[in-house]
Amino acid sequence: MSRAKAFDMTRRAFGAGLCLCCLPALARGQPATLEEVGASVFVRRGVDAEADAANLDGIANIGFIIGEQAVLVTESGGSLADGRLLRKMIRDKTDKPIKYVVLSHGHPDHFFGAGAFVEDAPVFIGHHNLPQALEMRGEFYRKRLIGLLGESNVGPVVLPTRIVTGEDEIDLGGRRIAFKAHAPAHTTSDLSMLDRSGGLFFPADLLFVGRIPPLDGSLTGWIAQLEAMRQENYGRTVPGHGPASVDFGPASDALLRYLTTLRDGVRAEIDAGGSIEQAMNHVAQSERSNWKLFDDYNKRNVAEAFSELEWQ
Amino acid sequence: MKTRLATAIFGLCALGFAAAPALADDPDSPEARQSRWQELEKAVFQGKTAGPSNGVVTLQAPERAEDAALVPMTVTLTPADKVKALWLIIDDNPMPVAAHMVFGPAADPHELKFRVRVNAYTNVHAVAQLQDGSLVADAKFVKASGGCSAPMGEGEEAALKGLGEMRLKLAGAAQPGVPVEAKLMVRHPNFNGMQMNQLTRMYTPARYIDKISVSDGAAKVFDLESGISLASNPVLSFGLVPQASGRLRVEVSDSMNTQWSRDFEILHMTD
Repeated sequence: MSRAKAFDMTRRAFGAGLCLCCLPALARGQPATLEEVGASVFVRRGVDAEADAANLDGIANIGFIIGEQAVLVTESGGSLADGRLLRKMIRDKTDKPIKYVVLSHGHPDHFFGAGAFVEDAPVFIGHHNLPQALEMRGEFYRKRLIGLLGESNVGPVVLPTRIVTGEDEIDLGGRRIAFKAHAPAHTTSDLSMLDRSGGLFFPADLLFVGRIPPLDGSLTGWIAQLEAMRQENYGRTVPGHGPASVDFGPASDALLRYLTTLRDGVRAEIDAGGSIEQAMNHVAQSERSNWKLFDDYNKRNVAEAFSELEWQ
Repeated sequence: MKTRLATAIFGLCALGFAAAPALADDPDSPEARQSRWQELEKAVFQGKTAGPSNGVVTLQAPERAEDAALVPMTVTLTPADKVKALWLIIDDNPMPVAAHMVFGPAADPHELKFRVRVNAYTNVHAVAQLQDGSLVADAKFVKASGGCSAPMGEGEEAALKGLGEMRLKLAGAAQPGVPVEAKLMVRHPNFNGMQMNQLTRMYTPARYIDKISVSDGAAKVFDLESGISLASNPVLSFGLVPQASGRLRVEVSDSMNTQWSRDFEILHMTD
């Protein structure tokens, strides 16, 4: 028996588990509409639900920026099907070439749309840790998503072709876009983006609004990155999840409050000699009414935080 | 190493899965689960069967795991005499025996805490061996899946950082002869050989902790045998009776035959 076959035997239905954004769930969003959040910047708001066959994993905020010479896709979508919807929305607005597609980090609701843009032969931009994250997890996520959406809707895992280490900048023609590769925070491959001409900020999933943020990188790292971003006085911002655009200050207040509540609660539990189970049952429960999908993610966030902080 | 893994996975795989379809049509039925357990029991305990726990061994496990790659489980032991050994068995995992502990004179085995991976909806058994050699078991059904094949959060390189680093925390000040709760943490990714690299289509080779041995001076606390069912960066809580030596020695080895050891001066620990 081959090793691969043994693997298949043991790999039973992937129901619930590690996947952060593709557990089956309820809601069907309204028909996708575009919001112009800045001059020639368009965003499709993701639905605040888990991925399912109806929403095609269109749960993240995705969109595009039209420059004088080229189009940049700010986030590609949660599946091949979601990416195709975005591509059609772009083509309804402009015939300019799609030259850049941003892969903001290694979560499926953000990178599976990239397959819809392969035919445009764009530059796929990603964090220096993204190739390895996709190598380690891409196939796992793909199988999970196929279980929810069917193979034809999911598409391939597309790897970045332009790697950002530190900072980087591109020009869409009269429109300069700056990138920053962050230290581990939401994930280990978070890339943020600033539209220099319009001043619009794209922190991707470093900013969640209204939907509980899943922790998959480093809690203390995320708090540090958030505090550093707050020093930059960003204004209008497109969060990874939530309204199509928000003011960075107040929106980041809520996220910072949740993350620090999580950190302080877990630390108190560790200092008191408490167990991970005890921590999972009560840490950050005061935040329950502030976030959608809280019960789906808070306990696992506590577990992640506990296993990070107990080493400090 | 490869041979060893193959034996571990294929051998137990055959037990866990191949035996089942012949006995019941629906592998998820309680009857099929029970027959898989009976096969496992035969293999692990050489024909002996475990009786009902009668409150001697109690397994606490979540009904539904929040994260299949990190499922906390607690085993409480309340025997008349100290138990000799304990097994934590996740029936439908590719390597079902998550932990096998044999206790020594410096152990105080009343509560043990593990963090494990769960690969499919499964029964989990905690089996204790009493002083007379008899076995008693408690079981829980846990809903979780994908925990074994779930990829690590970071890349392989990052996951191997600090490999073998250890921490020990005591619930209170250690005094000779007075039982105290301890928590042992070991940095190790416990790569399970079930993660596929997207580019190469190869599996990341398995590398996991297979033995942990803890002694206080000449007195053994426990010997633990484990496998890929322990979560990455294993954390284990146990009770011990500090001896006069005050020196707790922890020896860890993994499936690539790398060994680490560390001495903790527990009578002088301030944490």
